[in-house]
Amino acid sequence: MDRQLTAWALAAAQALLFIAAAPLLAGWLQRVKCHMQNRAAPAVWQPYRDLLKLTRKKLLLADNASWLFRAVPYVVFGATLLAAAVVPLIAVRLPTAAIADVIVLVGFFALARFFTALAGLDIGTAFGGMGASREMMVAALAEPAMLMAVFTLSMTAHTTNLSVATEYILNAGLVLRPSFLFALLALAMVAVAESSRVPVDNPATHLELTMLHEAMILEYGGRHLALIEWATQIKLMIYSVLIVDFFFPWGIATEFTAMALAGGIVAVAAKLMGLAVLLVVWETVMAKMRLFRVPQFLGFALMLGLLAMLTHVVLET
Amino acid sequence: MGIATLGLYNQAIILFASLALLTSFIMLAQARMLPLIFTFAWQGLLLATVSVLVAIVTNHPHLYISAALTFTLKVVLIPWLLYRLSGKLNMHYDAEAIAHPTLMLLGGVGLVIFGYHVSQSIVHLSGLATRNTIAVSIAIELLGMLLMCARKSAVAQVIGFMSMESGIFFAAVISTYGMPLIVELGVAFDILVAAILFGVFFFHLRDSFGSLNVVRFNRLSEANEPMPLPEPPAGEHP
Repeated sequence: MDRQLTAWALAAAQALLFIAAAPLLAGWLQRVKCHMQNRAAPAVWQPYRDLLKLTRKKLLLADNASWLFRAVPYVVFGATLLAAAVVPLIAVRLPTAAIADVIVLVGFFALARFFTALAGLDIGTAFGGMGASREMMVAALAEPAMLMAVFTLSMTAHTTNLSVATEYILNAGLVLRPSFLFALLALAMVAVAESSRVPVDNPATHLELTMLHEAMILEYGGRHLALIEWATQIKLMIYSVLIVDFFFPWGIATEFTAMALAGGIVAVAAKLMGLAVLLVVWETVMAKMRLFRVPQFLGFALMLGLLAMLTHVVLET
Repeated sequence: MGIATLGLYNQAIILFASLALLTSFIMLAQARMLPLIFTFAWQGLLLATVSVLVAIVTNHPHLYISAALTFTLKVVLIPWLLYRLSGKLNMHYDAEAIAHPTLMLLGGVGLVIFGYHVSQSIVHLSGLATRNTIAVSIAIELLGMLLMCARKSAVAQVIGFMSMESGIFFAAVISTYGMPLIVELGVAFDILVAAILFGVFFFHLRDSFGSLNVVRFNRLSEANEPMPLPEPPAGEHP
């Protein structure tokens, strides 16, 4: 009973740490990117300040906004929060991991995206509709690729549960699996597309030609916008943690001692910082691609996912 | 037999083999000329690495020689020849429009499945622990063929042809620890001669057709004038 209570408390603490650290990751990303491009960099805490500023602002709503428009930020944030609770950040074997497996995780993202698209359509501006249709196109192409990559990992670990799969990979030690390499590439490409980074989307602009995600949430302001931006940051963090968990799980805590947990925090922080640097290099080297090139990009990701599955079947059994 | 039970060298063989398969797919998706040539060189490097690893694992020292041959031919000589050629033909930065790129990649995945299906009957001939990579070698051959079928540029077709040869070489390394050295030398020089001949050919093709796009090759050079209209059938217009 006591053990179970500790486990639940730890799970809650991990989820809180997850959502609290997400703006920090975004801030770190921004800072490294500025340094990389020889610009003056804002502090790492800048996203927190932005979120705080937004929550303090007066809430303005369009005249024809329905209840849906007001509900969507909470739905999006709630779905993202639930998704974050499922992903093992610093420790495996937490009770929240048993709630949902990785397919439900994809479902959470789909739910959030569906409601964001509805909100984009709700106001009736041209931008919202355009953004919604673009986002749905990207999503429809990215989801199969992501599922293929995830299925490959599940076939290796014989489970779709994130915590169990992470532990399996951790215990297997260093095995050079080509299927994991392909799945990693596919997942990275999908993560780039889904968390609206370069080359699929540019998170830093409000230019109508390049907007995907931003176009849908253009009408939001105040605390609604703060919630949505926070959810976007958490989503980026979930994808990064997924990649870290599946492919480099070393250092994650398998028992609930203070030492192991502290080690888990340090390990995951170091790995996420490294991954962010890689993402920055990628974003600096790549240019934003035309919208009609995106299907080709995601088609390649789907092909990689299929190839990962095939190499698992052909070469690893 | 899972991959986790194999030694590290064997795992590396499987890894590099599947990376070579990946380069085949990249070539299929790559529309620009220079990256295409470089990807071909990378594939050669991966195959040379695989043959070195197979030589270490199976203790067949003559595979070192074929690895060295692969390296000099497929990584250095032929890519250099193609690079120089495409430079002379002013097509370093040419990009051709690939029709249905995603469909072609998925077709490539279909070919991989087909290669796996075909390889099932010959896999048991090999004594290697990594004999399943025969499926990969067949897939590389088929993908080279797909590259030849799908592309309109003659240079890309030549690269497809060379990549098919790489697949055959790889199949030989995996299934029978390489071909007899005399055969391998013969094939290597054939490939080299073919590369040089293709180079000469490119210039002739460009001189006579003004382009390296194979779609235009079946057109006669005098056929630029419009065809004469057919005579109206008698009796229809009284």
